[in-house]
Amino acid sequence: MTTVATAKNWDEFMEGIWKQNPVFVMVLGMCPTLAVTVSAINAISMGLATTFVLIASCGLVSMMRNITPKEVRIAVYIVIIATFVTAVDYAIQAISLTLYDALGAFIQLIVVNCIILGRAEAHAARNPPVAAMTNATGMGAGFTIGLLALGVVREILGNGTLFGLSLFGEGFQPWVIMVLPPGGFFVLGSWLLLFSWRARRKQALEATHHA
Amino acid sequence: MHETAFQIFVNALLANNFVLAMFLGLCPFLGVSGKLDTAFPMGVATTFVMLVASLCAYGLNLLLSAFGLEYLRLISYIVIIASSVQLVEMVMKKYSPALFRALGIYLPLITTNCAVLGVALFQTAREYDFIQSMTFSFGGGAGFTLALVLMASVRERLQLSDVPSLAQGTALSLMLAGILSLSFMGFAGLGG
Repeated sequence: MTTVATAKNWDEFMEGIWKQNPVFVMVLGMCPTLAVTVSAINAISMGLATTFVLIASCGLVSMMRNITPKEVRIAVYIVIIATFVTAVDYAIQAISLTLYDALGAFIQLIVVNCIILGRAEAHAARNPPVAAMTNATGMGAGFTIGLLALGVVREILGNGTLFGLSLFGEGFQPWVIMVLPPGGFFVLGSWLLLFSWRARRKQALEATHHA
Repeated sequence: MHETAFQIFVNALLANNFVLAMFLGLCPFLGVSGKLDTAFPMGVATTFVMLVASLCAYGLNLLLSAFGLEYLRLISYIVIIASSVQLVEMVMKKYSPALFRALGIYLPLITTNCAVLGVALFQTAREYDFIQSMTFSFGGGAGFTLALVLMASVRERLQLSDVPSLAQGTALSLMLAGILSLSFMGFAGLGG
């Protein structure tokens, strides 16, 4: 019994990280993904902030799922999400003003991140709190990993640094375009290409295996 | 720093294009840009919602500041946007049922378009006055429409060309957006 429950929780958790990764598979929440990933540290902070909002609002939505009238559910979800985002906004402002300036309006724009509303509607509104929050943790972790994958590539190529530490020394000529807006589109596009190439190769391997 | 209304408009339209330079409103940008016929009405509807939302947000911000309730800003903005989308939906249904049917599900989804909330948040953060706010939201909306129409035209052309099957879908759209964004960087500094 316990093992079955654990296995189910594990699946719930891993869904967001791999099978349904919000960045690479579902391609949701693009705006913050591309806008803040100019450095690895920004990417991690944005990922963690979103994860917190995701877990907290999915938990609350799930707890209130039986008393929320169906007609106004979207409005209820949005108010719940906006409440937690306001809390995160003030918290980041208090903890690190540099980070707050770097992320800018994108902290408040977490409200309209489709991942959160999507999870609230598609998962949290139909499942008990523990399952909903496990799923939300997985999704948040998947989102953070996606952001980090972009942030690391863009920071290394565009700035020659990783987490602010210089990697290549004085002679490095930074590829500036990578930290500018077009770089975001190009790097994410390349990651998606890599993933579809991998999926294609796996299919081909399986096909030859069966033949 | 005092910007003229014209500078704000040009900046929001081209140099700091909402979609291609500030990454706002990417979901509809990638989702609705498949066909020119839906892309343009979508852009116009979004622009209209932006104008209404910007107007309401301006008034509301005065009210909230007067009572010292700034921490309610985010919640009240999002509620205002949701209601103005509802308003646009009702007006459109009454006066232009054909357009209402053409836009379908995309109309309510304007609520979660971050470009709309972005307009309201940026105009508050930059302390624009009434005229500046309205030009900013109109420029932003026009820029969103421009990006959407450009992208839809390119994608319609690409339907006829031979794209490697590996790159088809979102990866291709993102690469296209990157190239568009690269060319929009040429407008940098235009608004002074």
